[in-house]
Amino acid sequence: MSAEQFFAELRRIYPADRLLTGRAQLAPYESDGLTSFRARPSGVVLPETQQEVIDTVKICHKYEVPFLARGSGTSLSGGSVPIEDGLVIALNRLKRIIRYDAEQRVAVVEPGVINTAVSERAAVDRLYYAPDPSSGPVCTIGGNVAFNSGGAHCLKYGMTSNHVLGMKVVLPDGTVEQLGSDSLEGSGPDLTGMFIGSEGLFGVALEITLRLLPKPEKYYTLQAAYDSLEKAGTAVAMVVASGLLPGAMEIMDRLSMDAADAAIGAGYPKDAKAVLIVELEGTSDEVEAEKPRLHKVIEESGAYIIEAARDDEHRLKIWKGRKSAFSAVGRLSPDFIVQDGVVPRTKLGHALKEIDKLSEQYGIRVANVFHAGDGNLHPLVMFDGRQPGGLEHAEELAGEIIRLCIRLGGSITGEHGVGLEKRAYIGEMYGEDDIEFMQQLRRSVDPLELANRGKKLPSAEAPALTSVGAHPLEKQGIISRE
Amino acid sequence: MQHDIPTQSFGPLGEPMADAIQKCVHCGFCLPVCPTYQVHGEEMDSPRGRIFLMKEVLEGNVELDEATPYIDKCLGCVGCITACPSGVGYGELITAFRATSEEKRERSVVDKTLRKFILETLPYPGRFRLAATAGRLAKPLKGVMPGRLGDMLDLLPKSLPPAQKLPEVFPAEGERRARVALLAGCAQQVLAPDINMATLRVLAKNGVEVVIPKSQSCCGALAAHTGAASQAKQFAKQNIKAFPPNVDAILTNAAGCGSGMHEYALWLRGEPEESAAAEFVKRVCDVSVFLEKLGLRETPSLSAPTKVAYHDACHLAHAQKVRSQPRALLRTIGNLDLVEIPSGDICCGSAGTYNIEQPETAGQLGHQKAQNIASVEPDAVATGNIGCMTQIETHLREVAFGKPIPVLHTMQILDRAYRGEAL
Ligand SMILES: Cc1cc2nc3c(=O)[nH]c(=O)nc-3n(C[C@H](O)[C@H](O)[C@H](O)COP(=O)(O)OP(=O)(O)OC[C@H]3O[C@@H](n4cnc5c(N)ncnc54)[C@H](O)[C@@H]3O)c2cc1C
Ligand code: SF4
Ligand code: SF4
Repeated sequence: MSAEQFFAELRRIYPADRLLTGRAQLAPYESDGLTSFRARPSGVVLPETQQEVIDTVKICHKYEVPFLARGSGTSLSGGSVPIEDGLVIALNRLKRIIRYDAEQRVAVVEPGVINTAVSERAAVDRLYYAPDPSSGPVCTIGGNVAFNSGGAHCLKYGMTSNHVLGMKVVLPDGTVEQLGSDSLEGSGPDLTGMFIGSEGLFGVALEITLRLLPKPEKYYTLQAAYDSLEKAGTAVAMVVASGLLPGAMEIMDRLSMDAADAAIGAGYPKDAKAVLIVELEGTSDEVEAEKPRLHKVIEESGAYIIEAARDDEHRLKIWKGRKSAFSAVGRLSPDFIVQDGVVPRTKLGHALKEIDKLSEQYGIRVANVFHAGDGNLHPLVMFDGRQPGGLEHAEELAGEIIRLCIRLGGSITGEHGVGLEKRAYIGEMYGEDDIEFMQQLRRSVDPLELANRGKKLPSAEAPALTSVGAHPLEKQGIISRE
Repeated sequence: MQHDIPTQSFGPLGEPMADAIQKCVHCGFCLPVCPTYQVHGEEMDSPRGRIFLMKEVLEGNVELDEATPYIDKCLGCVGCITACPSGVGYGELITAFRATSEEKRERSVVDKTLRKFILETLPYPGRFRLAATAGRLAKPLKGVMPGRLGDMLDLLPKSLPPAQKLPEVFPAEGERRARVALLAGCAQQVLAPDINMATLRVLAKNGVEVVIPKSQSCCGALAAHTGAASQAKQFAKQNIKAFPPNVDAILTNAAGCGSGMHEYALWLRGEPEESAAAEFVKRVCDVSVFLEKLGLRETPSLSAPTKVAYHDACHLAHAQKVRSQPRALLRTIGNLDLVEIPSGDICCGSAGTYNIEQPETAGQLGHQKAQNIASVEPDAVATGNIGCMTQIETHLREVAFGKPIPVLHTMQILDRAYRGEAL
């Protein structure tokens, strides 16, 4: 069975303008938020109904063509880089909110629905969808599910997995399954949980049932300036040790403040080495009671400026600055790697000091902006790709940072997923047995490894990766980088 | 984003293009604000996708003709610039790309004829008037006209206001506080001469003397945005000469012209006039910016309570970052209640000749905009761009059954308020 037949079958479903095969049509789908990886698919389809997705997966299965489900392509780990010569199923036109039930506090959405669109829909009832990745206005719920995405406020409320009740999915062989239900108390194994964070390896999510929460009555947002990054890191552990559970705790260093300032005029203290953003939220009574306690801890942590958001507008500006920081670093450096690692909260200060040392040692600027509350670091390693060896040198440093996280008892990814980028480290984090078990699980659902082949887990054509530098897939000519 | 663009081979425009591409980090923050991405939901019709495509074309990986359908669909509304945290100069990229690629692209005969007709008519008020009159007469022939020419006829008004001759100097009333020069605008002069008259009266009322240099030409925006680089350059050079140095500012009252004039230094990159252009650009500003800064001498009032929805013209809000000033002026008017339009930062689909070149997308965007406007039930719409005015009027007619909602320039509203009229 040939590629021609494969496309002939696809053509029966899709009109020409929804089955893209031209060079100019495919090029923009070649990479995601991490442009150092690129691969060209053989085609991109733009389904408009769930049935079209199901039929497409069936055809892929029949012709053994690997496929990638794609949301908004904001993955930062190469997760939504196409599979060379595979098919991309772009889900952006599946963006209906199928059911919205304020009383039951659930929303059933299609995978292409944008993260913030859910909260916008629920706003009239003072409800919202809690997971708030910085890419919220851009990324899709389907992508969030695949990566178990989190955000600043996941410190208190948990990641995507804590907010998805059930799902309708199409498995890689084209069968459709309903996982979970409308209720939090499901019976049997938590299959929804297994699907979430699996980076698309178990098929395509078609309908996702989301839990909605009542909006906090009150927010109290505070910015504290420090003369060292380490002090800010230690402050985070102190806040938690004091028994407070803020909605969010985020740190930005000097470089990221500069970038965010240039982007949106956020107005951070000019001489601070680090700023810590802490947000209390809850009922008015709770917030009022926690305020003095928070101020006391922050003062003790050595902050030299403490400033509370004046009003809602100021609060939104503080968050806008924080959330645009990644992209804004594009103003400081033509290229950068967004690293994503986790360390135990108590070791934050230590980890930051080590990163600083590494940065100096490598002579590479590293901006730090991160979800401090969960110990989720996002060092942005800057480089100039046009300089020979620039990328490799930066990757080496990024690798050292990840090893540091593992050494400190943390993890190689907090929320951006393993994708292509972190496959090199998964063998360092897990033992061979663990990986083998994951493989077995995956093959029991997808023996042909069609769904998102080559991501997250080492696959047949690429053995477990432990090296940095040229990517093994690259050496084999499966992917290419600029 | 890394690139291998042979910058040198694209002349003086190579560098600004490469700069913009390099700054793009492919984060997608521009997707939600891009009108064409909202309508089509595909990566090629997004700012991020277009930047990638332009890079591929400049690097020689993708044929220009394959990419042009997607580049052409770009409205040039530059909403993506406002949204981009990384500071990508998309406006410079697209203008420069269109300028450098025009001569290489292959256009069909119909396309060429239409383009030539537009470029030789619209920038010249006399010719445009003639054509518009002829077109109006041809309306009954719509059925037999080829597609897009027929669509064009739809946009022409039922009747044209009488031609108006603008004075060379319009004196200030009372004590003179400032002296400015005004760009008269081409299509605007023909379609809505009242905008210029209202502008002159409002400025005079506030002690501003206005000179209207006779030797000025079209601003050139239309030419530049359709890739007719040499025509754009010629207009820019002519205007740099035509406007006198001894005025406090050079004012525009059409957002599209204003943003075009702000690009003169880019258009004239590598030409002897480049530095003169950079100086010239600094003196250009929208009439609302100038008036707001100067401060109204007396605050006017409408004769009846009126709810006005302010529409952000892309070429004011995104391209010139002018949002607060027209709103501030409107808010000072008595009896006027200013309201915002939902999804206000999305383009109305007018965008120069877009209506003619991409009628389908333009139609969808116009319809959406009209619905959003109707949803706040205003008595009138205020904006700062003639293109938006025609587009919104056309689509409001379909949406707001029964209730005519006039669409007026901010200066027209001020003018009526000064005269104590209603809208
Ligand atoms: C500026 C910026 C800031 C970011 N901030 C955060 C942050 O704060 N927190 C965070 O967690 N992430 C963050 N990210 C990363 C990214 O936005 C998230 O991983 C997001 O969930 C990806 O969504 P997407 O729609 O773009 O998915 P894509 O990038 O298109 O896809 C990501 C993965 O999901 C899979 N997938 C997509 N749809 C489906 C589906 N329906 N079924 C099965 N699999 C599917 C794809 O195959 C791929 O493996 C950020 C990214 C950027 C560019
Ligand atoms: S927002 Fe800016 S940096 Fe991000 S993809 Fe769009 S143009 Fe590129
Ligand atoms: S200028 Fe407007 S239409 Fe063009 S890419 Fe930017 S947002 Fe989209």
